[in-house]
Amino acid sequence: MKRFEYLRPKTLDEAIALLQHYGKKATLIAGGTDVIVMAKQKKVVPEVLISLQGIPGLDQIHSNGTLKLGPLVTHRAIEKSDVIQREYPALSDAVGWLGSIQIRNVATIGGNICTAAPSADTACPLLVLNAHLKIRGANSERTVPIDQFFIGPGQTTLSPGEILTEIEIPELLPNTGSAYWKHQRRLALDLPILGVAVLISLDKSTVTCSDLLCTTSPISAVLHRLEEDELLCKQIRIALGVAAPTPMRAKKAETLLRGKKISDELIEEVADTASKEAQPRDSIRGEAWYRRDMIKVLVKRMIMQSIERVVRPDENVFPERLW
Amino acid sequence: MDKQILTFTLNGEPVQLEIEPHLTLLQVLREELELPGTKEGCGMGECGACTVLLDGKTVNSCIFPALEVEGKSVMTIEGVADAKRGLHPIQKAFVEHGAVQCGFCTPGMVLSAKALLDENPKPTEEEIRNGIAGNLCRCTGYLQIIEAIKAVSNQL
Repeated sequence: MKRFEYLRPKTLDEAIALLQHYGKKATLIAGGTDVIVMAKQKKVVPEVLISLQGIPGLDQIHSNGTLKLGPLVTHRAIEKSDVIQREYPALSDAVGWLGSIQIRNVATIGGNICTAAPSADTACPLLVLNAHLKIRGANSERTVPIDQFFIGPGQTTLSPGEILTEIEIPELLPNTGSAYWKHQRRLALDLPILGVAVLISLDKSTVTCSDLLCTTSPISAVLHRLEEDELLCKQIRIALGVAAPTPMRAKKAETLLRGKKISDELIEEVADTASKEAQPRDSIRGEAWYRRDMIKVLVKRMIMQSIERVVRPDENVFPERLW
Repeated sequence: MDKQILTFTLNGEPVQLEIEPHLTLLQVLREELELPGTKEGCGMGECGACTVLLDGKTVNSCIFPALEVEGKSVMTIEGVADAKRGLHPIQKAFVEHGAVQCGFCTPGMVLSAKALLDENPKPTEEEIRNGIAGNLCRCTGYLQIIEAIKAVSNQL
């Protein structure tokens, strides 16, 4: 690894000024679990690293209706947060699978989305939670909805000299459940073959068949029973990772279900449409045809898991139940 | 490139040294402080052989900028045994249960086990497996390591 200077500004303004001063010679670093690895592999060759760790106040989690996450919140802090596990479980799911405990103790959510890998585990949950990103530059502050933030593999709309300062998740509708599945071979220290996140808001949370969820009945059987309850889907968001050059929302699929009653046929169509909307490629972790197949399966499963979290919020329905 | 002064607590003792700013914590421990107990396996934060405790939490020292431990407390494998009481119960259990073959993963594995049991003295088997999921072992197949950790937990 080539030598670099390591600077520790004490305020955001100081950090922005340093970024402007050094321009292309400098790289921002938070936890460093991506930056140092990239520096060792010569994918990035900074002369100067500008650390954000010396700036107080960037590692806070605030929750009162809206959820505000500082960019330096570690994935481990999110993993341990009861309120995130209860109200924003897709995000809780995602950080639980990320790397290893050693990585999660250091790696930050801001770093994860600013590195902007198509496989970034926190991207899909933040997409379905409709996160808004606060960004500060030398003379400006702006807010960007996360579905406009990623513009290519490893590329975001951050301009040189800009720093992500906060991730805000707007208030959720009542009766909202969410879930994220990281499709991977190992249970830790692996990158996803595919990531699928779903958020669903229903018009009510009581159904006659809630006990059916605790069995191994096939998804279509459960959905047929749910049709009797005439559950209305008030909001649906579906996000896919490693299915396109950037983490993406499957908006065409969402439109099919938004405002409609839940039914087996409709969910099947939603999953099928999401699979066709994706643009997966062949890679060493899996081929495009396989990813398309798995999108169909996993979107259905994550919709069911999200519904389960609305209907039975206090428990994991059936430990062995893999939707 | 000017060296910078780094001050931190290492295995309970204060330490101060001058280092080049690009060094990782692993390099400082092994090369500057000559504590070779912490191992480099992959150098990329993917195997856990370089695990140390930073303020009680496990981190991969091979990708950790050394200057970031300023003012903090680091524990390496060299700090686990006690001068008076001898080997730590975790180390004794590893030896008794055959959890050490080549020994290369062992320092990191012991520290992950320590962090797990310090936070959760009675883990389930699943919690033990999750607790060491960031530490690869190519020799044992993990069962002896899990048994060793269970044995310590039963003593606590």
